[in-house]
Amino acid sequence: MISLAGRDILHSWPKFVLTGMGLGLLIGVTLSMAGIYRGMVDDAQALLANSGADLWVVQKNTLGPYAESSSLRDDVYRDILGLPGVRRAANVTYLTMQVSKSGSESSDEVRVMVVGFEPGQPGEPPYLVAGRHIMRSHYEAVVDIKTGFVVGDRIRIRRHDYTVVGETRRMVSSGGDPMIYIPLKDGQETQFLKDNDAIRNERTRTAANPTLNRPGAPGLLEAIQSSQTISHNVNSVLVSVAEGHSATEVARNIERWKHLQAYTQAEMSEILIAKLITNSARQIGLFLVILSIVSAAIVAFIIYTMTISKIREIAVLKLIGTRDRTIAGMILQQALGLGVIGFMVGKTVASVWAPIFPKYVLLEPGDAMRGFVLVMLICSIASVLAIRIALKADPAAAIGG
Amino acid sequence: MNTSAHKALGIRIEGLRKRYGEGDTAVEALRDVNMIVAPGEVVGLIGPSGSGKSTLLKCLGAVIEPTAGRMWLGNQLLYDNGWLNRDLRALRRDNIGFVFQAPYLIPFLDVTDNVALLPMLAGVANEKARSRALELLTDLDVQHRAKALPSSLSGGEQQRVSIARALANQPPVILADEPTAPLDSERALGVMRILNRMAEQHKTAIIVVTHDEKILPTFKRIYHIRDGQTYEEAGEGREP
Repeated sequence: MISLAGRDILHSWPKFVLTGMGLGLLIGVTLSMAGIYRGMVDDAQALLANSGADLWVVQKNTLGPYAESSSLRDDVYRDILGLPGVRRAANVTYLTMQVSKSGSESSDEVRVMVVGFEPGQPGEPPYLVAGRHIMRSHYEAVVDIKTGFVVGDRIRIRRHDYTVVGETRRMVSSGGDPMIYIPLKDGQETQFLKDNDAIRNERTRTAANPTLNRPGAPGLLEAIQSSQTISHNVNSVLVSVAEGHSATEVARNIERWKHLQAYTQAEMSEILIAKLITNSARQIGLFLVILSIVSAAIVAFIIYTMTISKIREIAVLKLIGTRDRTIAGMILQQALGLGVIGFMVGKTVASVWAPIFPKYVLLEPGDAMRGFVLVMLICSIASVLAIRIALKADPAAAIGG
Repeated sequence: MNTSAHKALGIRIEGLRKRYGEGDTAVEALRDVNMIVAPGEVVGLIGPSGSGKSTLLKCLGAVIEPTAGRMWLGNQLLYDNGWLNRDLRALRRDNIGFVFQAPYLIPFLDVTDNVALLPMLAGVANEKARSRALELLTDLDVQHRAKALPSSLSGGEQQRVSIARALANQPPVILADEPTAPLDSERALGVMRILNRMAEQHKTAIIVVTHDEKILPTFKRIYHIRDGQTYEEAGEGREP
């Protein structure tokens, strides 16, 4: 038996291919949406994996440092180092801000997460793709390639210019902002140092306070004013656990004795994926559902109009003895054919435009397979209306008036 | 009634009735219609609009169900106040060929496959069905268009292909619904020549519904239908 659907498709292939391409673009958007969600999850996991930490110690009762603001004194790490099971502990600061090349327009600004870290300690970028690690105490930076900066560029962060000495990749925040790594002291200053006017105002206010500016206590005012301009806070302490110790056990120990919050990799992953990107995931999920419904409606409409346009031929086919299943099969195969073309176009365009997206788009083969099955299912369901119309076609319509 | 026709019966109907609607709105489209067409015979069925021609053709084609009466195909009783065969579509496919006013060829199949489709639907192997289709196309002198799509054929060629399609399953009966209506005299007579030759060659009973006066002299027998009743008349039986 010849394939009626195949012959019809070959006969009117330009219409079919163009329709398939239109559908394909829609499927491409759907696959990209799924890829964006996967990218967000992967970014979150890369963020944790690349930090080189087993534990994140943050301010008590906060979800910091990625989900909520957290502030710790920068000497806390010494106490933590003294606890059993702690191999290394290091301060880190995180601050999301706009930066640009020195001397460039504000329109060239890039949104980044500035990470202050101690070289050689947890929090350092694990590998470079160009240049070298930070070797000076101040004003050097390692950037993620997504920032667009390259080795040798000078970038402005707050009051200071930083020289880009190295480039890394896949270092992005949970929000997808690429990271810029700078020395910890610079990170603390970037985050906590006030501008000159605010410092002057603060000094004046402190000097006018008789409690802090006592005639009988020389040096007190200077000491207080000095402490106001130097920051001793960090956002988190990253801890690596010694071999033979459980990260959970060490985390509970830190919480118990130091009155801080400590999260293991699994707990931090749960915070990032289940809490931080949950709304985005829901948003994307809903968008996927809407796109699926729109795709189904489009396929249904196309198959319906294609069927209506040959309803007379279908009546003749029925009159001369073609079985319902042959006619239904023809329509179903056309719908599936449309789906196959649409999926191939969709997969191709999604792969082509994925690198153009500002955020990481991860197209997983598993998602593509699920997408293909879904497209076939949608096409099958969408063909039901056309099949009903075809099966209702009266073979008598081919005879007389 | 023709005695020779009784001996080798093609299609026969007795007391066929068809009523549309119920009660006051009921319309008797066919009233006690009797007809017999022998194998190899081409008969005309003529009548004014609304006389019941199409209804009769639909009943003969097992497309609609008559209200009462009996119908035989060869020796097989098909209808006896109800269809005796449940699978009417298979009945049509295997026993009745249709030729329409417009050829209604399947636009996405080439000429050969348009003809071969019916045998294929009946389970004949593709190659065998195509070979049979080519024989018929050669018989009807359109073999040179075997690979063409219907849209590239002339009206006459399309009608010849539709006749070939009607003959593809070697049915005992062909029902032709105004097959010459869109054609000029020469082509119309050409189609009648073909139908007569095919009827003779394949021993097929052919009923031609027509309004076309130029082909009337070619029938040996004509059934007139008026107000749902048929009257038989001898035709001139001229060579088309």
